[in-house]
Amino acid sequence: MSAADLDYRIQSPAVAARFAALRQRPVVLEAEQLTCEFDGERGRVVALRDLNVRIHRREIVCVIGPSGCGKSTFARVIAGLQPASSGRILVDGRPVTGPGPDRGMVFQGYTLFPWLTLAQNVRFGLDMQGRAPTAADREARQWLDLVGLGKFADAYPHQLSGGMKQRVAIARALAAGPKILLMDEPFGALDPQTRAQMQAHLLEIWRNVDITIVFITHDMDEAILLADRILVLKAHPGEVLEFIDVPVPRPRGVAQFTTPEFQATRRRIDALIHPAPTLDGAHDPLPIVRLTQAGDDVE
Amino acid sequence: MSLFSVRREPPARLRWVLWLLAFLLPLGVWSAVSYVPWIWHPQVKITDSGSVAWMQPGLRMDKAEFAAQVAKAREAGQPPPRGEPANPIYLPAPHEVGRALYGAFTTEPRLRGDKWLHESIAMSVKTIAYGFLLSSLFALPLGILCGSYPTLARMTEPFVDFVRYMPAPAFGALMVAIFGIHLEPKVAIVFIGTFFTQVLVTAGTVRRVDPALLEAAQTLGAKRSMLIRRVILPASLPDLYNDTRILIGCAWTYLVVAEVVGVSSGITFFINQQAKYRNFDNVYAAILIIGFIGLATDQLLSFVGARLFGWKQTRRSRTRAFLGWLFSPREVPYFAEKTAAPKAVS
Repeated sequence: MSAADLDYRIQSPAVAARFAALRQRPVVLEAEQLTCEFDGERGRVVALRDLNVRIHRREIVCVIGPSGCGKSTFARVIAGLQPASSGRILVDGRPVTGPGPDRGMVFQGYTLFPWLTLAQNVRFGLDMQGRAPTAADREARQWLDLVGLGKFADAYPHQLSGGMKQRVAIARALAAGPKILLMDEPFGALDPQTRAQMQAHLLEIWRNVDITIVFITHDMDEAILLADRILVLKAHPGEVLEFIDVPVPRPRGVAQFTTPEFQATRRRIDALIHPAPTLDGAHDPLPIVRLTQAGDDVE
Repeated sequence: MSLFSVRREPPARLRWVLWLLAFLLPLGVWSAVSYVPWIWHPQVKITDSGSVAWMQPGLRMDKAEFAAQVAKAREAGQPPPRGEPANPIYLPAPHEVGRALYGAFTTEPRLRGDKWLHESIAMSVKTIAYGFLLSSLFALPLGILCGSYPTLARMTEPFVDFVRYMPAPAFGALMVAIFGIHLEPKVAIVFIGTFFTQVLVTAGTVRRVDPALLEAAQTLGAKRSMLIRRVILPASLPDLYNDTRILIGCAWTYLVVAEVVGVSSGITFFINQQAKYRNFDNVYAAILIIGFIGLATDQLLSFVGARLFGWKQTRRSRTRAFLGWLFSPREVPYFAEKTAAPKAVS
């Protein structure tokens, strides 16, 4: 069978065994009949409809879909920043009623507190829990070491690059001791190189920390690189199209981008979120004569 | 490159020149009007009364009238009065005002109850300081709460907005009836003039705190009071500080009104008295001194602010480092019982 028509559902024995084990782990996060509607500019918007998802401990689940599919809403509802219209979110079996330190969040924009040093930022969650200052400070510095920014502990956020800021944001979220780390397109604003580094970095952190990650993205490669499973949503209303088991074995790396499993998964997601025919060959010729002539010269 | 390009800053070395020009240009206009005899000068200042006995040297009179008197004296064959072109007494020349900047301080009070200039200034500063501090004491907490809790804002701000439209001077008579005629009603006027605006401005500033910071803090476990103390306050502090700078300027405008309420006092009283004695150079000097005090306060606050809130800029600051050290949470033995014992690290 050639690489081009490999089915994304075919898993190597190792990967299949890993998924079997994964499904044996306790469910950390559960969405039950989750519906989220709000009043938009053009009437009622159904951001999410009847979402049923179970996420196991130490899984990485990526949520992907076209804009308007409610993937950010999903993260915000889990975080408790936005109420569900109906249905509920359970974390360790307990329903979510509002924001809490058991669900950390990393946002797309930079949300470090600019008036605090990095160490003070990271220990914010610990301070909220009433941890003793010296212990909190020591712990914050350990978390900063973990994301490789230990020597910048006393710097201020404005002195950092975007990638560094997001690393601190991850450290800050993890320091509060959450069960679930929600990441809402955290690397969306970074340049491609930094982004690739951050993805590798996140996987490294995940290997070392007992954390379940829900990662919102619109980048297919990012989703396949990071995720155990990918939740593909469709827009208007936001509904689950498919919950894909990623057949790419771990440890992951950019070298796997060209493997048949990776490509098969990518094709499947692409087909799900871009069902319309591609532009090539389908469009009318450009009506402007000058443009066609310019094209002739170039070719 | 042209100096005048739309939205393009001039080179740094030129900036202080431009700053200087900002003051020199108005001064130049003033000097021209004062020293160039054929610019304006609608009056004649008598230097020699000649044959006209009632014309005292130093008297200022209208040009046309002076010309008529000269013609009359010539007709009668008597020595005509002489004079030089002059501006009205209410426009003293720069050097006269400059002299008065010093002279006003040494102008002895004429009547019992008149005050030396420095006493007047001290009185004004006292009125402003009391009024403004009192206003800030109540307006800042209320404004911060309104900015934090929309429910409270909706319950408070309509009324505050309503009162804000009532001119503070209108309360003058009332304040005198309540507080007497001395310092208290004046402080009350400055308070009324500042307080209501300050509440709204503070609430508005607090409302502009990036909601993403609040959400981030919430996901880290921050609740109500912690959210206000640890996020809203520090995030809005630099802007609140700037608001305060601007509102002090507001307070100065109410000062002038406040000082004529009850027993007239302070710099306004000094100005009014000096105008009555027609010492217009002293009047200008006093007005300039208010300007200097305002500018100096503002520059000082701006200087301090840049150092306090250095995290807004890239420059390092020793003041901030010191304050950060001073207020950083640390384990103090006295409070050891309240904080949990640090966990042992393995």
